[in-house]
Amino acid sequence: MLTYTIRRLLIMIPTLLVISFVTFSIIKLPPGDFLSNQIAELRSQGDKAALERAEFMRAQFGLDRPFIEQYAVWVGIWPAERGTAGERGFSGLLQGDWGWSFEHDLPVADVVGDRMLLSFILNFTVVLFTWAVAFPIGAYAATHQYSWGDYGLTLLGYVGLATPNFLFALVLMYFANVEFGLAIGGIMDPEYLDQPWSWAKFGSVLNHLWIPVIVIGTSGTAGMIRRLRANLLDELQKQYVVTARAKGMPPFRLLVKYPLRMSLNPFIADIGNLLPSVISGSAIVAVVLSLQTSGPMLLEALRSQDQYLAGSFLMFLALLTVIGMFVSDLLLAALDPRIRLTGGVAK
Amino acid sequence: MSAAPEPRLAHYVATEPFEPLATETLTPEQERFYRASQWRIMWWKFRRHKVALFSAWILLFFYASILASEVLSPYNLHSRDTRHIYAPPQAVHLFHDGRFVGPFVYGYSMELNMQTMRREFLPNEDKVQPLRFFCRGDGYEFMDLFEANVHLVCPAQGGTFFFFGTDRLGRDVFSRIIHGTRISLTVGLLGIAVSFLIGITLGGISGYYGGWIDNVIQRFIEMVRSFPELPLWMALSAALPVNWSPVLIYFGITIILGLLDWPGLARAVRSKLLALREEEFATAAVLMGASPGRVIARHLLPSFASHLIASLTLSVPSMILGETALSFLGLGLRPPVTSWGVLLNEAQNINVVALYPWLMLPVVPVFIVVLAFNFFGDGLRDAADPYK
Repeated sequence: MLTYTIRRLLIMIPTLLVISFVTFSIIKLPPGDFLSNQIAELRSQGDKAALERAEFMRAQFGLDRPFIEQYAVWVGIWPAERGTAGERGFSGLLQGDWGWSFEHDLPVADVVGDRMLLSFILNFTVVLFTWAVAFPIGAYAATHQYSWGDYGLTLLGYVGLATPNFLFALVLMYFANVEFGLAIGGIMDPEYLDQPWSWAKFGSVLNHLWIPVIVIGTSGTAGMIRRLRANLLDELQKQYVVTARAKGMPPFRLLVKYPLRMSLNPFIADIGNLLPSVISGSAIVAVVLSLQTSGPMLLEALRSQDQYLAGSFLMFLALLTVIGMFVSDLLLAALDPRIRLTGGVAK
Repeated sequence: MSAAPEPRLAHYVATEPFEPLATETLTPEQERFYRASQWRIMWWKFRRHKVALFSAWILLFFYASILASEVLSPYNLHSRDTRHIYAPPQAVHLFHDGRFVGPFVYGYSMELNMQTMRREFLPNEDKVQPLRFFCRGDGYEFMDLFEANVHLVCPAQGGTFFFFGTDRLGRDVFSRIIHGTRISLTVGLLGIAVSFLIGITLGGISGYYGGWIDNVIQRFIEMVRSFPELPLWMALSAALPVNWSPVLIYFGITIILGLLDWPGLARAVRSKLLALREEEFATAAVLMGASPGRVIARHLLPSFASHLIASLTLSVPSMILGETALSFLGLGLRPPVTSWGVLLNEAQNINVVALYPWLMLPVVPVFIVVLAFNFFGDGLRDAADPYK
């Protein structure tokens, strides 16, 4: 188990490196950068002092350097010049420095604040929700194959799959407001926004969380139900089930004790499919519901070419996915010894 | 022994000469089955799947409509009726005062609500406006080829026919949805073409050569898979130059959509190729001097082409939804190019849900098409599976 964990951890390093490179090159794809756009604007206004400041910033952050050097500095594998004294030091993602947000004129870490934590809470809850919903429904659909319940639930799953998330979010938000008088949008009441964490703040988050969780969860649940149903159906036809049934085991205990445990296996492996879609979903739903998670700020940063802010957000989302997959692989290996023995990476 | 012994059977000798092949003659149905091509068997299997068949008809209907969007829609894409801004949908009726009139709509009567300061349109029971069919209406240029003004259905002379209501500029939502179909449905297909190309090439190389090449490509696939799609799509489309023409943007978006979708396909191609390349026919082709490209494309891929097509069908809906999401965020297609996502962009805030819910109607075709593609793809996959 230990060697497996280590091997799996080692694979993550090149993965994250490549992802960071791809991310950075995509962000740098449009011509120019935030500061050069700003400089062009200031030049047309003729604001000398601001112009000089922007040009100084541009040199200081090395935006005039070649692409590869900018990338290496951002990651923290190349020393960057800091300050006027010309001293050089490593300061990048590896050192825990997320960079500087030009638009907000603050370090990215300060701008981002607890958005990343909220993102994490949101995505984690969605995954739990998806599991909690898909598991009983999938099991029911498989044990009652071709019944009305099966068809109905399958259809419901498809409906969740086919509704665009953002529109569902809008409608649900509207009805939550009209029927229950819930506040519109946001992930907590506005008065808690920049407050330190407290129980009241936590409660407010919980109160707002359910709409995005339902909206994002529905799209992933359908696929999950279908896969669990298919897996369980395969298991239900196996000899050991027939044997247990012939020996007079109560149907419910039989189901829970053997086939359900077997079909749990792909369920956990499925997080690899689930997570990217959950995180994608949360990005757009967050924009619609103006949640204080990554979504709206990422969109804004991408539009204005605020490169370090956008890059850090994208990296964070990718990191979340990669770590999630790592955890799911570990769980899977813990559950199923066959995977450890063959040394295969769960897919 | 209590039971009496069985009586012996009478000695039997067949008088006809022995025909060793007689037992192997097939009934006509069997013969038809065994001689049928793979595609024909697929079709027979597919036909039995009623929901999938129905979905196929729906998709056919939608795709056929893009050939004649201009004719099918009562108005043009950009025609504006400034007297009817945010007008609600007009329902089609058949009977007026208990009398059969044929399909008609009630005209609007407009009131200014002084409380909300909004114009309110209510159906006026006195204004019966029978619809006209195969009639002359807004002129358009059919597929940029020739000018025409024939529409399948138009409003009565001087009347209106806003089946799905109008938007903030007084444009007919129904007509815009019909026009948007053209873009929305082709985005998915072009995206698929891109992902097909990448998936087959990489999967083919990976499966055919095996070894370290395979390893590198597999790791690469894992990386691509572990990336959340939408944020990357957002980043890529934000990177599209602002000064591109809408058409170029359209192609850019299709390529972006296809760029992330191929890993699943590549993996399927690889695992099939790994097994197939050991077959005798592949060895024979290699011995005869065929290049790797030819062996893959000409000998190996056709063995599971049906399977590939089925799995491709299943990835169209995610692209359609992806385009919708991107356009909704304002990162995708831009007006004047009109897709369902661009239309939904109008429904971006909560006021629309409360005041003008009909602006959300473009979601209906999205919903239908995505569902149909899912069922169709499922049916196709079942039909393509030789082991069921």
